[in-house]
Amino acid sequence: MSEGVMQADQPQELEGEGKDLFSKFDDTIAMRENLLASGVEDPFSLVMEKVLSPTRAICNGRETILLGTYNYMGMTFDPDVIEAGTQALRDFGSGTTGSRVLNGTYQGHKECEDALREFYGMDHAMVFSTGYQANLGIISTIAGKGDYVVLDIDSHASIWDGCAMGNAEIVPFKHNDITAMEKRLKRIPEGAGKLVVLEGVYSMLGDVAPLKEMVKIAKDNGAMVLVDEAHSMGFIGEHGRGVVEDAGVMDDVDLIIGTFSKSVGTVGGFCVSNHPKFEIMRLMCRPYVFTASLPPSVVATAATSIRKLMDAKDKRAHLWQNSRRLHGGLTDLGFTLGTEEPQSAIVAVIMPDLEQGAAMWSALLSEGLYVNLARPPATPANMTLLRCSLCAEHSEEEVETILGMFERAGKAVGII
Amino acid sequence: MDRATVEPRIRSIIEPFNKKEVAIADATTFAGDLEFDSLTVMDFVAAIEDEFDIIISMNQQAEIESYGQLVDAVTKMVAE
Repeated sequence: MSEGVMQADQPQELEGEGKDLFSKFDDTIAMRENLLASGVEDPFSLVMEKVLSPTRAICNGRETILLGTYNYMGMTFDPDVIEAGTQALRDFGSGTTGSRVLNGTYQGHKECEDALREFYGMDHAMVFSTGYQANLGIISTIAGKGDYVVLDIDSHASIWDGCAMGNAEIVPFKHNDITAMEKRLKRIPEGAGKLVVLEGVYSMLGDVAPLKEMVKIAKDNGAMVLVDEAHSMGFIGEHGRGVVEDAGVMDDVDLIIGTFSKSVGTVGGFCVSNHPKFEIMRLMCRPYVFTASLPPSVVATAATSIRKLMDAKDKRAHLWQNSRRLHGGLTDLGFTLGTEEPQSAIVAVIMPDLEQGAAMWSALLSEGLYVNLARPPATPANMTLLRCSLCAEHSEEEVETILGMFERAGKAVGII
Repeated sequence: MDRATVEPRIRSIIEPFNKKEVAIADATTFAGDLEFDSLTVMDFVAAIEDEFDIIISMNQQAEIESYGQLVDAVTKMVAE
């Protein structure tokens, strides 16, 4: 559709001494230096010296409660998971040293895909080396020149990068705005291929997409639908299949993308689908073909974890209880949160600005609590957020301890 | 719909987004002169799209840097 670029972009004028390609990062370098000069600990170079459990680690010599790990279901130290990984490491070695389509598909990769097919009740499953690559690969491969990708403006970086890597026309709409999405779909020229990309849970504010309405509108307008369930797998929905399951639209969604680096508790990404031609993706999708496959120990831990997540009803219930208590407690303390009601295992605390956000983050760390500091441009509406992600392994008492830490730090920094 | 009809409609849409009340000419740029950030761009583009019932994809937006280029692009899209 675009006219195409007739000439290269004009070069930026390089001024002064020592200017080179790195000069474009000067503003970011200065912002970072200013922040660190205020005396806060560097929020982006924390080192976990020892990890004691899914919810505890030693950071900077201090025992710290972890409240920003996405380790929602606490599977990282599950004895069955550890055992499966150890066995695979012994039996199959430390790595595959090859692509899935050459020498990098082991028995474990097939078993992991079997577990995913069973978990979602879908015909096809494809395991990628990371969740980022799953979005990058699937979106850039299926949406080509002349096709349209309609996506939420708050989509994850991996979705945007998948759009940038392909040649389709990219049409964003306002976050979770059903009408804005519908209008754009209806304006797409007749005959063009359409892909709607949505997320179950949006990770910055922890809010859920109105998938029931959105998926219906997308299908009514002849679009294929891809839903990223990275932050809902294992937790939301009766069987932990995500917001798609909770909204009752499993059969209408064409592709579900997910990750092993959250509820599953290791690393890797996947796509599941019922599309009859899905298997051809294994040959067409460059981020799948041109990279080494996951190590045998990783796919063994993932497969074991996924199978255990199928029956993790009690853990899901406890995680919901934790999320409700933290959300309610922080609201009572006077903090401003990203959502009025708890919608997921993410509770985002909105900070007045980056300086106070960094000060609050630092004060919490001194209390012995780790949360994520999220700042522009990763955040919507240029907000600074302290993002808390709960774990099913956080005890009731731990959540109360966390609330006490927030109260003291919030008062010390002057936010509440 | 010709350029002379399209231009005043875009001019009135841009008004609430022009916080610094910059004088708008064909050469006025959105990023440089009007200092639109990505969120403002999204809301502004959505308002233009709704007004003319068109889609301006991000690929097309990348080619539009100035007010004049936008008016030309919309005029062309409305004619198609």
